[in-house]
Amino acid sequence: MSAISREDVAHLAQLAHIEMSDAELDKMTGELGVIVESIASVSEAASADVPATTHPIALSNVFREDIVGPTLTAEEALMNAPDSVDTRFKVPAILDGE
Amino acid sequence: MAMHQEELVDFDVALEKYDPVLGFEVHVELNTKTKMFSSAPNVFGDVPNTNVTPVCLGLPGVLPVVNKTAVEYAIMIGLALNCKIAERCGFARKNYFYPDTPKNFQTSQYDDPIAYDGWIDIELSDGEVFRVEIERAHMEEDAGKLTHMGGSTGRIQGADYSLVDYNRSGVPLVEIVTKTIEGAGKRAPELAKAYVAAIREIVKALDVSDAKMERGNVRCDANVSLMPKGAEKFGTRTETKNVNSLRAVEHAVRFEIERHAAVLNSGAAIVQETRHWHEDTRTTTSGRPKSDADDYRYFPEPDLVPVVTTVEWIEELRARLPEPPAERRKRLQADWGYSDAEFRDVVNAGVTEQIEETIAAGTTAAVARKWWMGEIARLAKNADKDVADLGVTSATIVELNSLIESKKINDKIARQVLEFVVAGEGTPSEVVEKRSLAVVNDDSALGAAIDAAMEAMPDVVAKVKGGKLQAIGALMGPVMKATRGQADAGRVRELVLQKLGIEG
Repeated sequence: MSAISREDVAHLAQLAHIEMSDAELDKMTGELGVIVESIASVSEAASADVPATTHPIALSNVFREDIVGPTLTAEEALMNAPDSVDTRFKVPAILDGE
Repeated sequence: MAMHQEELVDFDVALEKYDPVLGFEVHVELNTKTKMFSSAPNVFGDVPNTNVTPVCLGLPGVLPVVNKTAVEYAIMIGLALNCKIAERCGFARKNYFYPDTPKNFQTSQYDDPIAYDGWIDIELSDGEVFRVEIERAHMEEDAGKLTHMGGSTGRIQGADYSLVDYNRSGVPLVEIVTKTIEGAGKRAPELAKAYVAAIREIVKALDVSDAKMERGNVRCDANVSLMPKGAEKFGTRTETKNVNSLRAVEHAVRFEIERHAAVLNSGAAIVQETRHWHEDTRTTTSGRPKSDADDYRYFPEPDLVPVVTTVEWIEELRARLPEPPAERRKRLQADWGYSDAEFRDVVNAGVTEQIEETIAAGTTAAVARKWWMGEIARLAKNADKDVADLGVTSATIVELNSLIESKKINDKIARQVLEFVVAGEGTPSEVVEKRSLAVVNDDSALGAAIDAAMEAMPDVVAKVKGGKLQAIGALMGPVMKATRGQADAGRVRELVLQKLGIEG
């Protein structure tokens, strides 16, 4: 029994705005299940006194001083924009028809 | 869009039956020179999309780097709110799809905020102190600014398209979240306003934010629910978003209490949803219901390593904190020589900072109070605005006062001048110049007006001659009329006495 159901994957796909075919859902359910089980086996190996980590390297406090650096020009910023008005990005109305 | 009129229950009636429960999320924009994760400048009001780097635009392959000053400011806010500071905390991605974030996630903090478990004492207008518990204060970044175009109202509903400016994208934010606030009763709206005012006062005193609500430097989301008196289970709450002035916070909480009570009285259930605040009608309308879209799938930000604090670092930052607001108020009252009642009125009117600035700029405490508590308060009330939003600054008052002291204008004219300043006609000197409001000190012009008045009122002249000097007052009316209110009363008196050969 996989830790991830097909419904879980379909739900995640919807949240992530990814369109998936039935075949892709089946495939991903299996693959994600394997990943979840693999991670679970790490938890078994780690005892309670091992703190959780989110990074492979034990680094902390990587900071930048508060000093202004170079910026893009508006033209550069908008270079890949599908549409723009003056120096702003133009996007479709999001809550259309509400 | 179908706008239906919300049913409301009178506030006092609602409070007889229900207890309000509140909660606030206040976002504070920090005034660092650069953004949270990029060296782009953090400047308000520049040409759209000029203060951006590839990090702000979420371009592929970019790496964020944390602004150390922003972390320090967040710790200082935490300390000022009596919070514990995390020994270790990290950043997380909050995933959602909306064009205000080009990356499709906001970098925030999730289960390990930098500051947690604090409190702040709020003084209400009757002097009672209400303690608000702080759940957490966490670091995150602001989103870009969307302007909805087309449609009839400029609101999101009915817009044809939106324009996006990412200058604000990545500006450092600290979000301050209260614990659930019970027991405010009918003072819930007042407490809401006073709480946001206190947060604003603190971040301004810390100098970690420009704290201008009209610019969105301090923004409040207000959670309101009602439960029947005596009940133990909280009711369903609504969250009114982006309430961006102190008055609006007060009104929004009051409106939601009145609306909730009507819904509950009708036997219906409150829908858990966000509400949009409309300043023009002072109402809220239904926004988005809680749904799957609120499943933000937070996960640790892989591109940022944890922040670890040391006792030494925290103490160094603690040493930079200004005096706490309550102590500061005590000191100011003593410095200014205001009575308890006078000072409380000043605090309640929210003009402590303005008076402090005005005195620092060179007026006496009495003059500063006279203007901020008098004419300016009146103008704000008439305009239905916060005093801070009137456009009157300490410089305005200093200038106005020096015009009075140099006898260019009198007190009455000064009040008119202020009105024109508020109307946007320029500085006091500019207004006096443009509208020719300077006092008539020209003795020949005054003399003619006085002669005319004396001729018209021989009985008054006789009284003055007979030693009743206060009778001069009767001459003042016609003289003022002849000079359109611009005569200097002191000078008129002098001239009258001179003309009659009496020693003043």
